Amino acid sequence: MALKIVKGSIDRMFDKNLQDLVRGIRNHKEDEAKYISTCIDEIKQELKQDNIAVKANAVCKLTYLQMLGYDVSWAAFNIVEVMSSSKFTYKRIGYLAASQCFHESTDVIMLTTNQIRKDLSSPNQYDTGVALTGLSCFVTPDLARDLANDIMTLMSHTKPYIRKKAVLIMYKVFLKYPESLRPAFPRLKEKLEDPDPGVQSAAVNVICELARRNPKNYLSLAPLFFKLMTSSTNNWVLIKIIKLFGALTPLEPRLCHSTSQMSFLFFLSPWLSPSSLSTSNSTSAMSLLYECVNTVILCVQKLRILIEDSDQNLKYLGLLAMSKILKTHPKSVQSHKDLILQCLDDKDESIRLRALDLLYGMVSKKNLMEIVKKLMLHVDKAEGTTYRDELLTKIIDICSQSNYQYITNFEWYISILVELTRLEGTRHGHLIASQMLDVAIRVKAIREFAVAQMATLLDNAHLLTGNTQRNGICEVLYAAAWICGEFSEHLENPMQTLEAMLRPKVATLPGHIQAVYVQNAAKLFATVLRSQEGNTDRTAAQETSQLMIDRLPLFVQSANLEVQERASCILQLVKYIQKLQQKDVEVAEEVNALFAGELNPVAPKAQKKVPVPEGLDLDAWINEPPSESESEDEKPRTMFTREETKHSRPRHTEVDEKELAKRREVRKQEQASNPFYIKSSPSSQKVYQEAPGVDHIPVVQIDLSVPLKVPGLPMSDQYVKLEEERRQKDRADKKKKEKKKRKEKGGRRGKRDSGPESEEDITPAHMVDIVTEEMPPTAICRSVSLVPPLNSPPCVPSTCQKSSKHKKKKQKKEKEEKDKKKKKKHHHHRHHSDGAGEESVQNGTVEEEEEPLPTISDAPTCSLASPPPFRQVCDIQGNLQDGSQVVVSLIFENKCDSFLKAMEFNVLDSLNSRLQRPDGAGPHDGLTVPFQLPPGVSNEARFVFTVKSIVMPQKLKGTLAFIVKNEDSSTHEKLDFKLHFTCTSYLITTPCYSDAFAKLLESGDLKASSVKLEGVVMPFPHLLARICFHHHFSVVERIDSCASMYSRSIQGHHVCLLVKTADQTVSIDAKCDEPSLLSNVLDEIKLTFSQC
Amino acid sequence: MRFMLLFSRQGKLRLQKWYVPLGDQEKRRLGRELVQTILGRKAKMCSFLEWRDLKVVYKRYASLYFCCAIEEQDNELITLEVIHRYVELLDKYFGSVCELDIIFNFEKAYFILDEFLLGGEAQETSKKSVLKAIEQADQLQEVRAVYLPRPLIPLISQAF
Repeated sequence: MALKIVKGSIDRMFDKNLQDLVRGIRNHKEDEAKYISTCIDEIKQELKQDNIAVKANAVCKLTYLQMLGYDVSWAAFNIVEVMSSSKFTYKRIGYLAASQCFHESTDVIMLTTNQIRKDLSSPNQYDTGVALTGLSCFVTPDLARDLANDIMTLMSHTKPYIRKKAVLIMYKVFLKYPESLRPAFPRLKEKLEDPDPGVQSAAVNVICELARRNPKNYLSLAPLFFKLMTSSTNNWVLIKIIKLFGALTPLEPRLCHSTSQMSFLFFLSPWLSPSSLSTSNSTSAMSLLYECVNTVILCVQKLRILIEDSDQNLKYLGLLAMSKILKTHPKSVQSHKDLILQCLDDKDESIRLRALDLLYGMVSKKNLMEIVKKLMLHVDKAEGTTYRDELLTKIIDICSQSNYQYITNFEWYISILVELTRLEGTRHGHLIASQMLDVAIRVKAIREFAVAQMATLLDNAHLLTGNTQRNGICEVLYAAAWICGEFSEHLENPMQTLEAMLRPKVATLPGHIQAVYVQNAAKLFATVLRSQEGNTDRTAAQETSQLMIDRLPLFVQSANLEVQERASCILQLVKYIQKLQQKDVEVAEEVNALFAGELNPVAPKAQKKVPVPEGLDLDAWINEPPSESESEDEKPRTMFTREETKHSRPRHTEVDEKELAKRREVRKQEQASNPFYIKSSPSSQKVYQEAPGVDHIPVVQIDLSVPLKVPGLPMSDQYVKLEEERRQKDRADKKKKEKKKRKEKGGRRGKRDSGPESEEDITPAHMVDIVTEEMPPTAICRSVSLVPPLNSPPCVPSTCQKSSKHKKKKQKKEKEEKDKKKKKKHHHHRHHSDGAGEESVQNGTVEEEEEPLPTISDAPTCSLASPPPFRQVCDIQGNLQDGSQVVVSLIFENKCDSFLKAMEFNVLDSLNSRLQRPDGAGPHDGLTVPFQLPPGVSNEARFVFTVKSIVMPQKLKGTLAFIVKNEDSSTHEKLDFKLHFTCTSYLITTPCYSDAFAKLLESGDLKASSVKLEGVVMPFPHLLARICFHHHFSVVERIDSCASMYSRSIQGHHVCLLVKTADQTVSIDAKCDEPSLLSNVLDEIKLTFSQC
Repeated sequence: MRFMLLFSRQGKLRLQKWYVPLGDQEKRRLGRELVQTILGRKAKMCSFLEWRDLKVVYKRYASLYFCCAIEEQDNELITLEVIHRYVELLDKYFGSVCELDIIFNFEKAYFILDEFLLGGEAQETSKKSVLKAIEQADQLQEVRAVYLPRPLIPLISQAF
């Protein structure tokens, strides 16, 4: 044994101590890792020895290595050994190592409990102290639970040194073991009045931290803290107390005043004037200062002192505090604009960034230009792209905030954007581009200017693309090309721009930009043709075509699919045009028709206002995700097999390969035996996918019937005429409307925007929806439409054109609606004034049966006579997913000056039709309408009806009870109405192909019936359009004055019509598998035409 | 306070104290990231930065950076004061402290820090009592020859 000890101490002489290790590491800079691995081997040897001194030395070295990032977790047990040494020297090292290396998942920690407890109760206060210090770093929930009592006892230790440590560590214990808080709290509170200031400050610390987590439990301590605050001389304690009050003030407003002022004082005191603290100790000086720092404004002024200080740190904190005040008191900060602009010149980037943040809140119409000018100067000067990019985004943020609220001159803004494109290497090209697009689309008056600027940009494209590092900025060209193309009528020299867009250099741009170039070159081409064909000399136009034909092949070869596809389409088109030109045919009009229609913005929230149909889960898969190929042909098939759709919708189980193959097989068989599965027909689905407006509105995917764009329908030419007529009528109505509009403007703002339909801007009523705010009189541009387009056309310029076609159709529909209403004898003046409100049509897929219901004469109980208090419009719409459900959309419009609330909708159920009420409601209970109506506001509610048989039309009686609230009184009112479920409303427009149609007729399952209409004077296309629109049919085929039409009921009945016309007589031969449904539908058709 | 780091201008860690329990890897990762961020800042910049969800307060003394990560509600200026107080303590203890003192006597630096801060909160604001506690504890310890390479740049005289 003795020998061992001697040997140990001899060994020790040769051991490296910490200093040797450090020196060694410093001397082995090249092969540090190797050196350290030998050291670790030595340490492992040392740890195997019994000598505690050797072990402690080894552990000490390990602690150092741990800091350098080496893993020493393998030595955890040795650390515990050293911790439990009886000698303070080693214990200290052991605890240090433990506090550095241990964490909650170190498993040896649970071995330490008893050792720590022993050390805590050691007579030597430094043993206790070192244990407490160590514990503060590695306390675990287990340790906290086991040692809470021991530590609590130490809080009343005789030595303040131990007391303060014990108090502080209690906080850690509370966090790990919250149950200990309740028994320990009284003692903790006692410590607030400990004679030793150190212990006192520790207690304040702990209570402050606790209060920050749960302030209301500590409200009772406020008086005590107030006393401490006024008596303490310790800055640290004061800061903590103020923090505590900060946490308490939301609960006790009386504290607020004192806290804000106190905190401000103490926040400044240690830095600004050391003497201020000493004065603030005496209560009298305090009250004086209370008076001084009285308001937030004053605070801001004090902050100014901070910001003006030469100390960077104070400046930064001042700005930081100011940005906090800005949120609540923007006005008070605005007066310091000069100072903040000054800070933009500061050499410290972090201060400049803070100042930039503040700028956002202090722009106004007056100073925007000035501020931006200043920022532009900084952009030029700024070194380093990060700061410059930050400036760029800030400029755009500031200008575009709250819908360009502060911009008075958009020409200026466009030039700023153009200037910004000169920035090298910015990442924010797309940001600038989207601003350009946004402004050009929404501010009509600026288009001419914008187009001119963009044309210049395109002309100088080489400046932007010349350097590969400038890649980010070339996004701007995307916007430029699109704007020039879309608004090409404003171009001064379209030929030059066209030439610029077809330069070979363009091929080096990113694919998506090239695609826009190609597409917009085509638009420009159309414009150029138009201007050139007017001339007598035809060669110019032909030369233009030749230019296109020469340049486009470059893009046809593009590796980018999009570019390639567009280019080759357009190339072929131009070739054809050239052929026509050579025959001296005028083509300009037709070419222009390709791009006819105008884009119009839609409110950003428009989509939200389209209510999600009941039972529709937008997150669920509609079809199983992997079966993409399937879903395409599945959809046409489901037209005839209703049960299939029901199942396939909400399910999104995982499908394995085998299962898939099986399904595919089953499907093939089904298809083979299904006469209605037509492989040769073009997939209707594809067509929709390309139309953005339709595609991304989920409603479409549910209502599988798609009347909007029925493939193969030769209707679009018919619509052109209708459209013309409608516009003329609109023009005639305009004067009347404008008068009304002026009156109703105020009320209309709150009105719902009716989905994508409001894109149409020809009817002035829509203008109100779109342009919800007008620019101030000082503005150069008269108005900004505050609403970006729903279809986000700028991103997909090619598809914009398509969507505008859609629009046309919709417009036609609307027009038809109006026609119909007019003819339906119902007070048509009202419909016109409420054009926007009525369009609850969702994306054109809704089958609406307009039933403007109770007129004022139907509402006997309304005492508010003169302006009719209430108006309802309803759509009845079959639910394809469930053949027995019909959704009725009702638009309620409050036409009186009073507030309508507590509306209750009730219908007297019939045997056949029943209003769906929530579970638990009785069969005669009404449904509460989920909104209230302020004056002039309309809103839509939907009610679901269950219908058993759909072969008969029927009427349901109902009542709407509501409370009319005036300033001084409120009265109950009741409105009776009738809901008319026509058989037509059970029909859903379903496209059908001629071959399928023929098979259907051949099958012989259908019963025939016919009807003759006399004295119909309208042209045949109009007649067809009318049937399509009002009765939800689609045209299958049309030959001269004869057409076949098809529709399908929600319960899957096929309805086929053969319509012929001769000498004002229309004969309709119809076939359907349900004779009574057919006769009712025919009756309804007859009625429609009898009202003409 | 979440943690305190001392590191050299070369980015070498000289001392680390974590008041939140984290795994070694996480500590190393955070430390490396923060050191890089701070070393990337220019000399004239202010001492505060927002980093992740924390605020970082740092100050450079001669070749050594002292850096503390504090929570959103904590006071930046008082943290600067904490850093300065710690440097003063080191200075008093070692007698014009320099970076090498901390490298070679890093356990002492820890002991002082532990007397000054506990669990991330200031434990003792009086320099005198901190030093007294350290001295007394040292007396309990066996006397060991301490190698002190002298004199390099004293930290305290070189506050940036």
